Order: sequence, then C-alpha cells, then structure tokens
Amino acid sequence: MSAAHDTHGHDGHHDEGASHGSLKDYLIGFFLSVVLTAIPFWLVMGDVLASKSATAIVIMAFAVVQVLVHMVYFLHMNGKSEGGWNLMALLFTLLLVVIVLAGSMWVMYHLHMNMMPVHDMRQLP
Amino acid sequence: MSQSVTADSTGDLTARYFDLHEHDHPEGGSTMLGFWIYLMSDCLIFAMLFAAYAVFGGNYAAGPSPRDLFDLDLIALNTAMLLFSSITYGFAMLEMEKGKVGATQMWLAITGLFGAAFLAIELYEFSHLIHLGAGPQRSAFLSSFFTLVGTHGLHVTFGIIWLVTLMVQVAKKGLIQANKRRLMCLSLFWHFLDVIWIGVFTFVYLMGMLR
Repeated sequence: MSAAHDTHGHDGHHDEGASHGSLKDYLIGFFLSVVLTAIPFWLVMGDVLASKSATAIVIMAFAVVQVLVHMVYFLHMNGKSEGGWNLMALLFTLLLVVIVLAGSMWVMYHLHMNMMPVHDMRQLP
Repeated sequence: MSQSVTADSTGDLTARYFDLHEHDHPEGGSTMLGFWIYLMSDCLIFAMLFAAYAVFGGNYAAGPSPRDLFDLDLIALNTAMLLFSSITYGFAMLEMEKGKVGATQMWLAITGLFGAAFLAIELYEFSHLIHLGAGPQRSAFLSSFFTLVGTHGLHVTFGIIWLVTLMVQVAKKGLIQANKRRLMCLSLFWHFLDVIWIGVFTFVYLMGMLR
C-alpha cells in the first residue's frame, strides 16, 4: 500500500517539464499571428465596417483568438506541461483578471451614472 | 493494550500520508513552474493597469484624445517588430535544442535587435507625445496610458538586458543545462510580453481610434 503510494506520488517529477515546440508549431503560430494582427489594423485604419461598435467587437474577438494562438504555439501551453499545473495557474489567473476588469468597469460605470445629475445641475439657471 | 494499538495505527498513518524519505530533487527541477507563476502574477499587474486605463481612458480633461495623438502606422510597425522578435526567439530555442551554440547566439542577437527597435519606436512615440504637451501629467487618460504602455516597455527593456546577459553566459559556458533552463525562462517571459502587447494594441490603440 505504502509502496504503491510512493511510486504514484513521484513519477511525474522529471519527465513532464515544460513542453517544447517544433519548427512547424512556431511557423503556424507566426502565420496565424500575422493574419490575426493585420486584419484588426486593416479594419480600423481603412474604416471598413460602418458601425464602430461592430468593429470594436470584431477586433476584440481577434485579440482573444490571437492570445490563444500565442499561448498554444509560442508558450506551448497544454494540459500536460508541468503535470497540468501551468494550465491550472493560468486558469486561476484568468479568473482573477476577469473579476478585476469586469468588476472595475461595472462599478465605475455605475458611479458615472450616479454622478450624472451633478453635471446636469450646472445647466440649471 | 488499547494504547499500543493507537500508537501503532498512528505510525502506520504517518507512513501512509506523509513522505518520510528525502527524494532526489534535481537542481532547477521546479524553476519552470515557479517562473510561470511569477508570470501569472505579472499578468495580474497588467490586469490592474488595464483596469485603470479602462476607467480613466475617457477622461481627457479637455486635452487631446487618442484620435488626436496616436499614429497607427507607427503602432503597426511596432507590433511587427515584437512579432518578429517572438518568432526569432522561437528559432533560437530550436537551435538550442539541437545544441548549436553559434546559431542560438545569432538568433538571440536578432531577437535583441528587434526588441531594441521596438523600444526605440516606443521611446520616439513617447517623446513625440511629450513634445506635443501630451505628457503623463496632462490628463487621467494620458497618465494611465503612459503607466500601462510604459510598464510594458520597461518589461521589454529588462528582457533585453536579460537576453544580453544570457548571451554572455552562453558565450562563456556554452549550452549547459543551467543556461538552457535560463533561456527557457526568458522564452516564456519574451512570448508573454508579446501576449500583453496584443492587449495593448487592441484596447489602447485600435479601440482608442474608434472613440
């Protein structure tokens, strides 16, 4: 029992380090990154879409996809590197980032709404 | 009787649930995971700065707005520099795996040059903005802009210093295990900075031009 526990606990120690990429991985990642960078710049610089909010949503979607491309092809992120701990740390960080960003924007947006009447009062006679 | 049974089972449990033997921990075996966790904490610093920019980004204090200040041609060039430096660092890592010192050093040098070009363009942009009177003290928008983009630039600066240091180390000691580990850490750092830059050019520059 105890022997079985020992082997179970320590075999994933050396062999599952950070994973490495191949030339193909880097080239695919680079090609995708160039495309995913060029399209948002083209959309904004060329005023391609009539609606500004549509452009904003599209370029944000491109940014998210490009971050994923970099994570997979350049940072070699997968569920196996460092025995899954890299991915766990990343997911936890993403959770915190979403809470910080969404929370800040939500709170400050409501603060601006609550402060609206102050600005209106300046227009009063 | 009952006491000895308790003592016995406690000893058994200790052996079962706790590691009683020293294990062999190879030098640097946990460095990559530790460095990754450092990068995640760095990611949180940038998240705070992005949040500050998201809140303050519209407060111009009757000063210039992103549309008046940003030059997207320059930003596109800057983005290209950082992207090229990412792929050349990748090539350096591939040569490192093959154990070729000369080729690794060459790609590291090219990476450093692209990084330096990125920094030069960014410093030119900053000095241009300050020359226009749009320095960090002008408005909350510009304060948060300079803090966010400047922090990224500072990371790139330290990345270049680190890169030069490692090139000297590789020149002196060759591609030993410790140097390979250091180069892999810098690889993570360098690609991570490129990921942050995706956020910067999308949220600060491109979204700024849409305001």
